[in-house]
Amino acid sequence: MQKNGRLRWRPRSEAGASPRTPGYFRTNDEESEMKEETPLWEVFIRPRNGLAHRHVGSVHAADAVLALDAARDVYTRRGEGNSIWVVPSAAITASDPDHADETFDPTADKIYRHPTFYDIPEDVGHM
Amino acid sequence: MYSQGLIGADSRTGESEEFLEAFQKRIDAEEKIEPKDAMPEGYRRTLIRQIGQHAHSEIVGMLPEGNWITRAPSLKRKAALLAKVQDEGGHGLYLYAAAETLGVSREQMTEELHSGRAKYSSIFNYPTLSWADIGAIGWLVDGAAIMNQIPLCRCSFGPYARAMIRICKEESFHQRQGYEIMLTLCRGTPEQKEMAQDALNRFWWPALMMFGPHDKDSAHSEQSMKWKIKRFSNDQLRQKFIDATVPQAEYLGLSVPDPDLRWDPELNDGKGGYRHGEIDWDEFWRVVKGDGVMNRDRIAARRKAWEEGAWVREAALAHAEKRKAAMAAAE
Amino acid sequence: MKDENLFNALIELADDHSILCHRLGEWCGHAPILEEDLALTNMALDLIGTARNLYTYAAEIEGRGRSEDDLAYLRNERQFRNLLMVERPNGDFAHTMLRQLFFAAFMEPYWQAALESRDETLRGIAGKALKEMGYHIRHAGEWVIRLGDGTEESAERMQAAMEALHIYVDELFHSSPAAEAAAKAGLLPERGALRTAWLENITPILAEARLELPEAPNPQIGGRAGLHGEDLGHILCEMQYLQRSHPGATW
Repeated sequence: MQKNGRLRWRPRSEAGASPRTPGYFRTNDEESEMKEETPLWEVFIRPRNGLAHRHVGSVHAADAVLALDAARDVYTRRGEGNSIWVVPSAAITASDPDHADETFDPTADKIYRHPTFYDIPEDVGHM
Repeated sequence: MYSQGLIGADSRTGESEEFLEAFQKRIDAEEKIEPKDAMPEGYRRTLIRQIGQHAHSEIVGMLPEGNWITRAPSLKRKAALLAKVQDEGGHGLYLYAAAETLGVSREQMTEELHSGRAKYSSIFNYPTLSWADIGAIGWLVDGAAIMNQIPLCRCSFGPYARAMIRICKEESFHQRQGYEIMLTLCRGTPEQKEMAQDALNRFWWPALMMFGPHDKDSAHSEQSMKWKIKRFSNDQLRQKFIDATVPQAEYLGLSVPDPDLRWDPELNDGKGGYRHGEIDWDEFWRVVKGDGVMNRDRIAARRKAWEEGAWVREAALAHAEKRKAAMAAAE
Repeated sequence: MKDENLFNALIELADDHSILCHRLGEWCGHAPILEEDLALTNMALDLIGTARNLYTYAAEIEGRGRSEDDLAYLRNERQFRNLLMVERPNGDFAHTMLRQLFFAAFMEPYWQAALESRDETLRGIAGKALKEMGYHIRHAGEWVIRLGDGTEESAERMQAAMEALHIYVDELFHSSPAAEAAAKAGLLPERGALRTAWLENITPILAEARLELPEAPNPQIGGRAGLHGEDLGHILCEMQYLQRSHPGATW
């Protein structure tokens, strides 16, 4: 345990895994009776040209082609976009929220990276 | 389309006071909790249970309405009903995905539903006996669901809140679709109006039950409220629903099947509201515990779809493996 | 009536789409994977959209004040003109997907050709339906491939679907006298001319699926003459029950 909001330490190997870690939590102790599970894909949609693809949700599909079809059938029923990306959920590596302090806080005092840090007389005009 | 006081969630949690306090501080500051954030085990368990129940409700909810797709009385109604039932499927899908961020798989949740361990909204254990039931479900059941779902858009768990925002946006046509069906029936022939009244008679009380037991009998409500998984109590939401719905029934010219229903100017902090008669909680628990008219059929239908579809899912996986192998061999 | 042949030809097409939509609608809530519940419903919604356009236009051509619903809900089995293929029971997922592929693989070049119609309304209907059929071919085709070349069981089921459905393929290319006349008038495409295009759509998919299209020396034909199998009557019983039991009511 560490102070300032660090809640619980978890080993790196687990924390650095994909944001969805199958089997991390089981609702029942018995082994699932289900057979092999259909993989999970993250879906990103570009609403229109000029915008970035944005994460909208997930689908299950056996392969990338079916995942694209499923993403189309599930997430673009109301004209939500003109381009789809699908990425296997297992392929995403996420930063560890337990290490958020050392990952993100060190930038907080580097205010010289922002334009308001510098004093320029108003007479100079917009800069 | 879901609304029910959570049933049987276990919010007990064994973390240190320090941990729980730090977590509560984040919640109180309206910070969203994201999947990989440290969280109390009870919070995680409650969410998995609630999102799972919500997802199952959407999926099982496809069945009573799906029951009328092939009998929809016009092409327009058929298209709208197809689109609505499809939405319920989509909503189940978004919600399963939200729960999956907590490390439980859709297959595991499906297994829980099929084994009877997981609950779903008890309203779907009532049969749809006439076309008017499709109207009543849209009007009352989706109406009740909206009451519950709008505050869930601000739920403290990020993926759940995001799924709910999408769901609420999509569902905005569902209640209007149902009310329009009721309106058309009520302006139609005497037989049609009778059909509408009969549907209201059968769905009114189950709709009120959708909000779950009274606050004083709702074991896990308090912790859920504290963690901002839930924003309003069962009774608050039920009251809101009744106050909104009674005038809508009057507009239709239908009578709400509650002889004790009366306006009370004192309710809602003096703004007035409707007092309702006694809810038959024995019926509620009977249906929740599996003895509604349709409980067995609903689960049997879901199991059948899943089991009879197993060969399809296996084939898709097998084909994907073959392709991978062929690609590897070609390299 | 402005053009009785066109009216009848439109009814044939509308019935195809309405009945196939009905069949796909039966899947809703019962698909093998949740994602397919949504996919099948999307296809059903495409089909009902086209059916409505066609019935509405047929009613307009007829000019007797009938509505799309009068045409869909108040004709009996012998008056329905759909292809026999579309009324076949769903069977398993392999049957449903192969039937969808067969149908879409025909309608895609059909609507493509209909873009050249002399009739502006039909060009409009064709433009919308063409894209939808393109997706149906793709989606159903992907499944036919996976099931045909998946597990032993899926391959057997796909083969069984092929044996059950191939006898209905020929009817796709037959024209009723009404359709023939509409084709001659430059309003609708000549169905018989689309066999090559259909095969071009189907062949690569079947090859990947390790399936062959068997010969059908005695194809089943009759839908355009109102000579159906026994299933259509049951479809109509369900579909038309409310309209029939409450004559004149509005829904």
